[in-house]
Amino acid sequence: MLQVLVGARIPFMRYRRYAYLFSLAIIVAGFVSVLLHGGFRMGVDFAGGILVEYRFDRPLESDHLRRALANGGYKDAEIQASEGGETFLVRIPAPEERVAGEKPPSQRVLEAIQAEFPGVKGDLLREEVVGPRVGRELSHRAFWAVLLSLLGILIYVGVRYEFKFAIGGVASLAHDTLVILSVISFTNKEITIPIIAALLTIAGYSINDTIVVFDRIRERMKGSARAPDADLFDLSINQTLSRTIITALTVIFTVEALLFMGGSVIHDFAFAMLVGVGFGTYSSVYVASALALDLTIGAERRRLAAEAQAARVKA
Amino acid sequence: MRSYRWRLGLLVLLLGLSVYSLLPTFQFYSRPEAERSDTRDPILKELRGKALKLGLDLKGGMHLLLEIDKTKLPPGVQVRDVVDRAMEILRNRIDQFGVAEPLIQRQGEDRILVQLPGLLDKERAVQLIGQMAQLEFKLVKQAAESRQVIERLNRAMAGRSSDIPDSLLADSVSVANPLTDLLYNAPEAAGSAAVLEEDLPKLQKLLESVNVDSILPRDASIGLSAKPERLDQGHFGRFIYVLNRRPDMTGEVVSNAIMRIGLDPRDPGSAGVSMTLSNKGASIFRKLTGANIGRQLAIVLDNRVQSAPRIQDRIPQGEARITGHFDSAEARDLAIVLRAGALPAPLRVVEERTVGPTLGRDSVAGGMRAGVVGAIIVVLFMLIYYRGSGVIAILALILNMFFLFAGLAALRGTLTMPGIAGIVLTVGMAVDANILIFERVREELRSGKTVKVAVENGFNRAWRTILDSNVTTLISALVLFRFGSGPIKGFAITLGIGLIANMYTAVFVARMVFEALLARRTARSLSI
Repeated sequence: MLQVLVGARIPFMRYRRYAYLFSLAIIVAGFVSVLLHGGFRMGVDFAGGILVEYRFDRPLESDHLRRALANGGYKDAEIQASEGGETFLVRIPAPEERVAGEKPPSQRVLEAIQAEFPGVKGDLLREEVVGPRVGRELSHRAFWAVLLSLLGILIYVGVRYEFKFAIGGVASLAHDTLVILSVISFTNKEITIPIIAALLTIAGYSINDTIVVFDRIRERMKGSARAPDADLFDLSINQTLSRTIITALTVIFTVEALLFMGGSVIHDFAFAMLVGVGFGTYSSVYVASALALDLTIGAERRRLAAEAQAARVKA
Repeated sequence: MRSYRWRLGLLVLLLGLSVYSLLPTFQFYSRPEAERSDTRDPILKELRGKALKLGLDLKGGMHLLLEIDKTKLPPGVQVRDVVDRAMEILRNRIDQFGVAEPLIQRQGEDRILVQLPGLLDKERAVQLIGQMAQLEFKLVKQAAESRQVIERLNRAMAGRSSDIPDSLLADSVSVANPLTDLLYNAPEAAGSAAVLEEDLPKLQKLLESVNVDSILPRDASIGLSAKPERLDQGHFGRFIYVLNRRPDMTGEVVSNAIMRIGLDPRDPGSAGVSMTLSNKGASIFRKLTGANIGRQLAIVLDNRVQSAPRIQDRIPQGEARITGHFDSAEARDLAIVLRAGALPAPLRVVEERTVGPTLGRDSVAGGMRAGVVGAIIVVLFMLIYYRGSGVIAILALILNMFFLFAGLAALRGTLTMPGIAGIVLTVGMAVDANILIFERVREELRSGKTVKVAVENGFNRAWRTILDSNVTTLISALVLFRFGSGPIKGFAITLGIGLIANMYTAVFVARMVFEALLARRTARSLSI
């Protein structure tokens, strides 16, 4: 029988203070990175604007292309080349909404390029035009989606488990969200709708992982009268460790398949998922369980102190 | 054992339902690609409605969100009304474009969502959608003259048969009489040229292949009915009207039009349209109707004949009544068309997303590749790690995928790129339930339990965990479904169905298989 980490006795909880520091450090670094970058790089979905992607029948030179666009009236165009200089992604800010029937931006972009590169043919891969108001609406919706999702999970876990555990669980979700956002800022990727979808999926996955550990703790607590302590948490985490690792592996396999083979559209989603699965697994142990433990210990101390107080008053 | 039979029955039932729900998808996608895009074939149409749909991001296509510019709206005009008119215009034009399954939907108060799947000619589509509608009134030629014009067109086409695409000639269009052979002789509508609905695409292609305007007499043009009309008992199709080429009156002179019941004293329950003309219009209309009593006057919107009522009398006041075989919905639509001549305020594009067919194909290929590779790795991993029991997990996984697609088809869901990602993720996450159970069984075995007890305990104890962990992910999926748009909804649906199917296959079906295997013999060991 092939097995991993059976009978492991890793004292996870002993190191939880370092883990808190580690998580905090990433999130603080994330904040700094966001400040240095002057905010998140918002994708067209949320910031509004125009995104046009063309594949041309021959490689074009980026600087020349930039000049062509500037001559065509697109001075603020951002250009991103890939696939040997044949495929170009052009981003243009668009403060106004055009009247239906006017030429679509992709057409104008192509005309501007053809004016400089006579005879070049472009295959329109995609075009996204999001007006400023729709961008704001989509931002609101994404914000509420993330918030409601976390709230729903908090309520469910709160009903099914002790409230202290629910706090631990949702703190780990908030942690995962912040860490992924930090990594997105480090790598200077854009926040788009697929990234938000990845965030919510990670929330689902991470809480899933947390619940497996919580369930084991609850099961172990049933038999004993004393309050759960670090040993009990460690035991539960160790007992579920093989499952944690194997499941993380199968998910990582599929996410990597998406990342390396899924094509350009899904690439950033898969990237965020990969980061999230890693940190989601980590946070089940070191945020959710560790916080639940500290909250339990704190409550236990307060109870003991109150009992001692009561005893003194009686005396 | 009785409960076992029940559970087997449920599985068989679910499998049956799934096959039933997926059958149209298989039938539809087994047709050659060129055939699938045929928009008129009724059998294909039904199959297409029931088959799993690919989203715009996979098939390629255009998504447009249009909004009435309210700042340019004249006072007293209702936004709702303008949106109605705009939608009628859009429907009319997109219908002419021949897109399979266009979607035109009101969104909120002042927005219209237009989705054109699989559309290649973007420039033409944008033009089509943005143009101001053209409303014209044209006299229909007398029967004898109409016949002559159709004959002439037929002869000219026969003479230029080299211009007619071979595909049409191969498809029952004759070289000798390309046009007249396509026409349908409706006994009840004697004298008017008409074409059956199923022959309409051929007719359109035929008309496009030659320069019709150069063949027709200088004062004639032809126009087809905008919507299918009843030709005679059980046959629907379009009339081919031979019209004056120059409009006898344009839509600018219509100041209002509303649906009314009881305009026709002979048929008091029937619906009609009451139309009011401007002063200038009234004078044109007075002369026009006075000189042509008994002839048909076609109401033409964007070159399609909406209706061709017969002129009953000279109409002096500029108040016209249009009656005929309308039901109230048709009369209402006609009134909208008459008012629609010009939209009182421009439409603005507030959101537009186009995916070219190349990228769509790339995405499908990428998604499939990732799915296959991901699945192979997971399958190999489960086999190596859990051996015999791994086979059961894989069986559950395959069933899970099957139910997922069946559920998606049954809910008329759309498969999008994020949806494919959701499926690939499901492959990775679905085995989690099996892993939880198997690890639990292993623990029980290690603590010295017999195989049967270990399996039973493993399933019982893991079940609660599996339920709790899946419900939380389901919450995320529900929120995504509620707040997400288009492609993301596709993701939420696949994730949600995948989770539910997963709980069933990984827990109940896998348990059935274990119990069936263990019932036969008293197993001493378990391949896990």
